Parts: sequence; C-alpha cells; structure tokens
Amino acid sequence: MEIIYVYTRKRSEFGRPCSFSDRPAKVNVDIPPDPSMASDFVLRNPVDSYVQHTSDMSEHEVNTERVEVESRGVNHVEGGWPKDINPQEVEQTIRFRKKVEKDEHYINTITHLGTLMEHCVKQNNAINIYEEYFGEEEVAEVEDEPPSAKTINVIRDPNITKRTATHLSWHPDTCKKLAVAYSSLEFQQNTKDMSFDSYIWDLENPNKPELVLKPSSPLVSLEYNPKDSHVLVGGCYNGQMAYWDTRKGGLPVEVSTVEVSHRDPVYGAIWLQSKTGTECFSASTDGQVLWWDIRKLSEPTETLVLDVTRKGLLENALGAVTLEFEPTMPTKFMVGTEQGIVIACNRKAKTPPEKITSTYSGHHGPVYALARNPFYPKIFLTVGDWTARIWSEETKESSIMWTKYHLSYLTDGCWSTVRPAVFFTTRSDGTLDVWDFLFKQNDPSLSLKVCDEPLSSLRLQDNGCVVGCGSKLGTVTLLEISSGLCTLQRNEKTLATAVRVLWAASRCLRLKERARSEAQETEVEEKPVESPHEVLNRARREFFEVIEVELQRRAQAETQRLPSLFQVKDCVGEEAAAQGEESQLLKDKEEEEEEKDAAKEP
Amino acid sequence: MSLKRSSVQYTPSYITLLCLLCNREKAEVEETLKRIQAHKGVIATIVVNAEGIPIRTTLDNSTTVQYAGLLHQLIMKARSTVRDIDPQNDLTFLRIRSKKHEIMVAPDKEYLLIVIQNPCE
Repeated sequence: MEIIYVYTRKRSEFGRPCSFSDRPAKVNVDIPPDPSMASDFVLRNPVDSYVQHTSDMSEHEVNTERVEVESRGVNHVEGGWPKDINPQEVEQTIRFRKKVEKDEHYINTITHLGTLMEHCVKQNNAINIYEEYFGEEEVAEVEDEPPSAKTINVIRDPNITKRTATHLSWHPDTCKKLAVAYSSLEFQQNTKDMSFDSYIWDLENPNKPELVLKPSSPLVSLEYNPKDSHVLVGGCYNGQMAYWDTRKGGLPVEVSTVEVSHRDPVYGAIWLQSKTGTECFSASTDGQVLWWDIRKLSEPTETLVLDVTRKGLLENALGAVTLEFEPTMPTKFMVGTEQGIVIACNRKAKTPPEKITSTYSGHHGPVYALARNPFYPKIFLTVGDWTARIWSEETKESSIMWTKYHLSYLTDGCWSTVRPAVFFTTRSDGTLDVWDFLFKQNDPSLSLKVCDEPLSSLRLQDNGCVVGCGSKLGTVTLLEISSGLCTLQRNEKTLATAVRVLWAASRCLRLKERARSEAQETEVEEKPVESPHEVLNRARREFFEVIEVELQRRAQAETQRLPSLFQVKDCVGEEAAAQGEESQLLKDKEEEEEEKDAAKEP
Repeated sequence: MSLKRSSVQYTPSYITLLCLLCNREKAEVEETLKRIQAHKGVIATIVVNAEGIPIRTTLDNSTTVQYAGLLHQLIMKARSTVRDIDPQNDLTFLRIRSKKHEIMVAPDKEYLLIVIQNPCE
C-alpha cells in the first residue's frame, strides 16, 4: 500500500482548545474577464431547454436472502378439553363425557345421524360399486404410445462447491432410498472447502439428506449390501475402503489401512455372494483387484494384479475403471480397464496367472460401464469412448453389435431389468439414451436431455421403471420411464433369443467372408501382370459398386422395418458381412497402393 | 320425544321419571351406536364434539384424536365448498373411499359421527 499523505502532529498539541481569530476578507484570486475568448464561442439562438417538475429518483434493487423453510409437524395428542378438566384425570374425563351424553341435544343429533349413517353402511354392504364389472380384460396394446420419460424428482448437492455424483446405489428392499457418492474426479481439483460427505437420500424428502456419510476422503463408489440393507461399503478417492452401518450413524464403522489399500481411487466396489454376506471386492486404476472381508478391513483377503501378460507384474497392469459381478455366476467376474480392454476373470483359478481367462478389446478409451444382460448372462454391454458395444462371451475378436459413434463421450450404461432388449446410456452432453434394439438398431428409441452438464452415473431401480442419473454438478435426476419401455412385451423373449441366434449366424458369416477375402487377397497377389494403375481403377470401381449396393439395401431395410423382424435381422447380418467385405476391399485397395509404390521404387 | 320444560316441581318421583326417560333415550343412543358397530365390515365408530373431544369411541385415544382433528377440518372445508357454490345448500354426509377402507362422516353443528367401514365383498 502506498502512503499518499502523511499527517503529523505533536502529541502535546492534541486536545488543545482551538483558538479562532477574526480576519478581514482577503481576495485570494482575481481573474478579470477576457473578452478575446468570446471569439471562440458562437451565439446560439434559440436555445432548447427543458424543465421537468419531478422529484429526483434513483434506482436501487434489493434481493432478500433466501429463507430456509423447514416443515415441522405438531403432534396434538389430546382434544380441546375445557380448562377446568385435566385430560390426564380419567375420572374427570369420564364425568365430562357422561355429562355430554346426557345432553338432550346430543341425543337428538346422534339419533338423527345414526339413521343417516346406517343407511350408508347398509348401502356399502349391499353392493360394492367398485367391483370389476368386465372381468379380466386383455390389456390394450401400448405400442402406439411413443416412449417417453418424465422427471419425478431432482436432488441437488447441498454444498456450495458442487461435486460430481459418481455412483448411485438404490436401497435393496424399499427403493425409496438412494445412496449417492460424491467426489470430484478432476485431477487435483479438490478445493479446500469441498466437503468429503456423501449422502443417503430419502425420496420423500429431496431437500435434506436422510443420512450424511462422513469418510476421511471423498467416496468414489458406494454400494448397499443386498443381503443387509443397513450396511454400505464405499471406495474412497485415496484408495481406502470403508464400511458404514446406517444404524450407527454417519462415521464409518471401519476403514481399511492405507498401506494395503489401493493407491488410486477405488472405481468399483461390489458385494459378493457369500454365506456371511460380508465379503466384497474392489478395483482401482492402480491395476489391482482386492477382495475384502468387512469384519477385518485391515488387510485384503486376496489380491489380483490385472496383468494381461499373465506375469502378475504391477508395472504391466492395466488400470481398472469398472467392475462387474453377477450373483448367479459367483466365480466369474469382469473388469473394464482404462485401456479399453475388458478382462474376464475367474476367481477360483488355481494360479494367479490363470485367473485371467480372456480379454476383449474394442474400445478406444476407458470402459466406463460393464453390465451383463440379466436375461442372457453371456451377453454383456460395455460403454466407453463414443460408443456402446454389446459382446457375447464366445466372440472374443470383436463385439457383436455396436452403436454409432456419437458426438460426445458415453459415460455410463446399464441394462433394463425387465426387458431383455433395452439398455440405457448416458452421455457427457447431459443426454440419457434408451436403446431398444428389437425396435431400432441405429438410433436410441428415446433420447432425453436431462441437464446441461455431463451425466456421470446411471442406476436403474429394480422394478425397471425409475432410473437415477447423476451429473457432474452433483444433481441426481430421477426419471420414470413410460410403461412401454419397462413392461415385457409378449413375444419379446422369443425375439431376443432369435436375435442372439442371428448374431451367432452373422458372426459365422463374417468369419467366412474374412476367409473368402483372404483367399481373394492371395489371388490378387498372384497376378502382378496387371499394371498397378489398372488394378487401382478396378479396386475403386468394385468399391463403389459395393457401396451402391449397400445403400440400396439399407434403403430397402428402412422401408420394411418391424413386422418382418427376421428379414431385418438378415439385413443386419448381411450388412455386417458386407461391412466386413467393404473393409476387406479397403484393405485390398491400400495394399494395392502400397504395391504400386513398391513397384515404382525399383 | 322432547321434554317440555314447563313450570313443574321437581319432586323425587318426577326426577325418577325424568331419569327413566333420559335413560331410555340414552339407551336409544347406545342401541343405535351398537347397531352401527355390529354391521358387517364396520371397523370403528367415533363420536366427536365440536372441540375435538371424543365422546364415544371404539378406537384408542391417539388414533381417535387424529381422526377427529383431521376430519373436522375436512368437514369444514367441504361444507364451505358446498355453501359457496349454492348458499341454500348444506353438507349432509361425506364419504371417503380409500384403498383400505371407507370413512363415512355424518356432520352436525356440534357433533360428528365417524364410522370406518371395510366394504369387503
């Protein structure tokens, strides 16, 4: 700060009375008028001037502070007894009642009301006006209703600095409570005032959390124990595991020791099926999968290093971003990694290298979500980079189906628990997509913009109708899906099975195609007689021909959609085969170009 | 039957007569309420006065007071609604059918007769 003015005064001079003195008027400055300056000015005639007779106003705005309103109820236990009667005294109340009963007016009233009431009671007993009159009617087809979803509730992060809602977990029994894990996943973006709390919300009261969970580090994942609905396990940002008992309050009952926990945020924590119901396992980007017993969190019961080369080296390990476990197959589980590879593992293998059974690669970026179809456990869904892919366990080379490349990242996904062909995905532009691949394969059947910020997590309630989406600013939106998307259609299961069969068939077709085009390739290599230029032209021509045929076929497929499902599926199979062919032709073309270049050189 | 209060001497015999008559009418009330309670499906019968004091009830006190308080307010609202639409009209009966049972309320200026019935068919 600069010192602009210094004022000094002697201490002895403080408090002295002021001594004023009179002085005659003195002229300090005298500036005489200078007529030569008038030439700088022009005389103005007429002059516009306005006069307004109003008072001077000034604009001022005030915004009152937001009042926090809390609803409270008053429990009124006793009626309005007159002052002289003590409601606790049984004698006095009985006496009062007897007195009232003797009142003439009372008697008349009650007799009159009694007859009225009896009439209605008898009416009720005579006939039930709400009975089912027309028996079990066939429920009308709801296919005409366009799929829709409406928001039923929005829960916001009550803190000032908003954190991402990274994981949602519904209460296993009631589905009226939702546990949400909040943390900030941006690297080193934790501000000092960011709270570490995560909340359990009761849907009846979205303004105030039912329970505040206070870990020592923000929670990245949180799961209710499906066997014991009071226990939750959470994975922290610093790699520790903690578990809570909601009956015991908001502090964790036990936290794992830092030395044996993960070294990176715990992105996946799932409970295992065990007799005791206290086992869980967790995965993190440090490349380890650890098994824990809740009763003893001081060290994990088992570890697995996600090293695809099967040497168990931590340096080669892939970082895990998501875990998947299906209670019906307790020994197998799957891990989605940062590198875009899905690793299927078997827990009961004898040696650690054998624990990794197979890998599936296909994504360009981290696999953010991994889920098995609840109806067909061999089919699973992965969500990562800009697509969602559906895989079959038997097909290891590539996914059997994938969505188109979207404009924004896909952040989370899950299958519907009621319909085998429906799954949900969330995107980083705040959109929730509902895909029904029996109905439409190229686009989602419902695409909803939930909010402006990216959606980070998604969880479907067990009944399949209500889905919760968590966003980057900590807002959890609950949406109810229209009944068309959450009730099983009549022949859906058979159709889905048929689709699976067709996928297998298309896979075989593709393999055959590949074998055939490989044979073609060798043929091309054997005739170098054609000049490279001609070869190029030929390849180009063939390529465009195939594209034309494809376009026509697709146009045909669009016009004959749903009714002939098998035909459409055939087209898909053919398309896939043709795609395989196209890609082979592209490869051919490239190879021929290379040959041309090679031919030019010598 | 209403008693005419004329200038009469309250001799003991007269008082006895009055008591007998009162008791008979009181017995009539008792009988009516018992009859209602005995009907098929009736879960509870409550008589409440205008201040919310339960005069007669077959339920426990806390539930009775809850019903009394809530239904009193509802009756006031329903009555004012009916009278707003047509001032000559008045509320005679209110029936609330819910998933589990039916609540019937017969209002009066000073008392409320509440019956909860389960119309099981």
